[in-house]
Amino acid sequence: MPLNSREKILAAVKKNQPPLEPLPAATAIVPIQFDNPLEKFKSVLEGIGGVVLQVNDLLQVAAYVNNSFKEGNKYVTTIASLTDVDQVDHSAKAHTLEDVEVAIMAADFAVAENGAVFITASSLKTRALPFICQHLVVLLPQHEIVHTMHQAYERIGAATYDYAVFIAGPSKTADIEQSLVLGAHGPKTMTVCLLADNYLPNR
Amino acid sequence: MQTHNNHAALSEVFNKDEERVNWHDETLWWVRQKRDKAAWTLPEWEQLREAASKIKMNTLSDLNAYLKEFEKNAQRNGIIVHWAIDSQEHNAIVHSILQKHQVTEIVKSKSMLTEECHLNEYLAAQGIDVVDTDLGERIVQLAGEAPSHIVLPCIHKKKEEIGELFHVHLGTPAGNADPQLLTNAARLHLREKFLSRRIAITGVNFAVAETGEFVVCTNEGNADMGAHLADVHIACMGIEKLIPQRKHLGVFLRLLARSATGQPITTYSSHFSKPQPGQEIHIILVDNQRSTQLGREDFRNSLKCIRCGACMNTCPVYRRSGGHSYHTAIAGPIGAILAPNLNMKDNADLPFASTLCGSCSNVCPVKIDIHTQLYKWRQVITQEGYSPAGKTAAMKLMAVTLSKPGLYRLAGKAGRWCIRHLPFLVNNRLNPWYKQREMPAAPEQSFATWYKKNRPAEKK
Repeated sequence: MPLNSREKILAAVKKNQPPLEPLPAATAIVPIQFDNPLEKFKSVLEGIGGVVLQVNDLLQVAAYVNNSFKEGNKYVTTIASLTDVDQVDHSAKAHTLEDVEVAIMAADFAVAENGAVFITASSLKTRALPFICQHLVVLLPQHEIVHTMHQAYERIGAATYDYAVFIAGPSKTADIEQSLVLGAHGPKTMTVCLLADNYLPNR
Repeated sequence: MQTHNNHAALSEVFNKDEERVNWHDETLWWVRQKRDKAAWTLPEWEQLREAASKIKMNTLSDLNAYLKEFEKNAQRNGIIVHWAIDSQEHNAIVHSILQKHQVTEIVKSKSMLTEECHLNEYLAAQGIDVVDTDLGERIVQLAGEAPSHIVLPCIHKKKEEIGELFHVHLGTPAGNADPQLLTNAARLHLREKFLSRRIAITGVNFAVAETGEFVVCTNEGNADMGAHLADVHIACMGIEKLIPQRKHLGVFLRLLARSATGQPITTYSSHFSKPQPGQEIHIILVDNQRSTQLGREDFRNSLKCIRCGACMNTCPVYRRSGGHSYHTAIAGPIGAILAPNLNMKDNADLPFASTLCGSCSNVCPVKIDIHTQLYKWRQVITQEGYSPAGKTAAMKLMAVTLSKPGLYRLAGKAGRWCIRHLPFLVNNRLNPWYKQREMPAAPEQSFATWYKKNRPAEKK
């Protein structure tokens, strides 16, 4: 019987791969530690076009959204306790979110070195939401900031997720003569609301 | 598609517009400087490069097992896995998925593999409409060109040219070249495509054997817009894109964007593990002679490449000759060591398109010995009889001259005399050393003559 492509590729790879080389030791990298990861996160995210806001409760988040964006537009959230804002209808096709002006969602944690927040499908449900909205607002307890991506993956560990994404700032492009433009296909702005330590979100 | 030609001839075309060459050169150098700044913020930068290189070496040395592990885990996650031995099979698999779903219009985010396989041309011939959704790729697609850089596809284009293209194709106001306005026009144009097309193709930056997930990095969000709004997501990857474990993403995501553009990370690093309810995810694992390169001891390191483009931005030849002069999907130093594996005859000129200065190897985030490989490819190509005819003749003449001292002295004398008395013999277009530069003044005498006159008296 002739070999199929899978078998041919695997055989060619096996024949041509060099003798086994070990993985580097876990101690091979000594990652940078920041004196103040929260301040580092703020400065990096602001440096890449994000907005950082420190809030004490969800009322302040709702007030911020109402004051910052055009009235009468569609705001949606995936956070159940944010009762002032419409909940996302996950039963509808993602395409119906096309007219969403502001989407508000929760992140699991953030990374100081690059200003990214980590969001998984379990809190998102509709994966297109953080991309299709015009403006993205992310809620994050301010103590949930790790130093580097190494810590980020330590924290994620072997968790299972259907989909997960690190988001660092608004969607952007510099394809036209290296001129930075915010709002390529996704959100034109990204705001991270850092919730004070004494706040316990009941999401 | 551009017609095939050699690097030197195509560079000459690019070099006709000196102002544009200088602009291209400076723009890429600016990106290189951003990379340096980003790298210097991390004291552990060299540790990261070393670790990344070792992780990739381990991957390559156990690739057979990692591929099987990835396949098993991806299938367990509900992803459909395909294997393609070459570009034809890859393209046929994509087409068969489109046919199964009766789809003739698709969106595609950036994938250098699909460029390597000439997927767009193949699908166009089957009557399929492919819209590239990365802004830079859409621009070159509208212009009927190939990307000239793997990260910055239209780095060779002036905004005025893009304004004109958009005026013709997207109806933007004539003469308007404002990047903000043009980007917004593309945003509206492509949003309509994202919302209406049922199949999306993306590339893959990293695939994790341990978990069966794969990661796609973009700044624009176009991969996610395409994939999440489509019924079917087809992800195309070369088999060398694997990494062993999820935690290794920490190493590579720290290196990739810093090396590419000087950003701390791309805006989006999306981890695809399972399809959405009602959606299909397909992965096509493509060999296309990667397994051959794996067997070439001197060149297998090239398979570590994570496609950051740092070697292009730093390369004095790339910056001054433009990506299209490399006539391959992947330009620059890395392209010049990958392409001869795909077709040694057609790409025999590329390893010679280098000064061997080594800057590419110094910035490579996975420590590929690029300039050493360029040098080694030259030897392989010459041994196989593919070196450019002019170069072979010149080398033979030089070997004869250098082996006969009398002839060498005579040639030197003749050269100096010519430069002084018949400068038009050397200062002309037939002499490649004269291109873009003046010939130096001829010295009064040869070093040998000078030395004879000036050497200290020999001790008796």
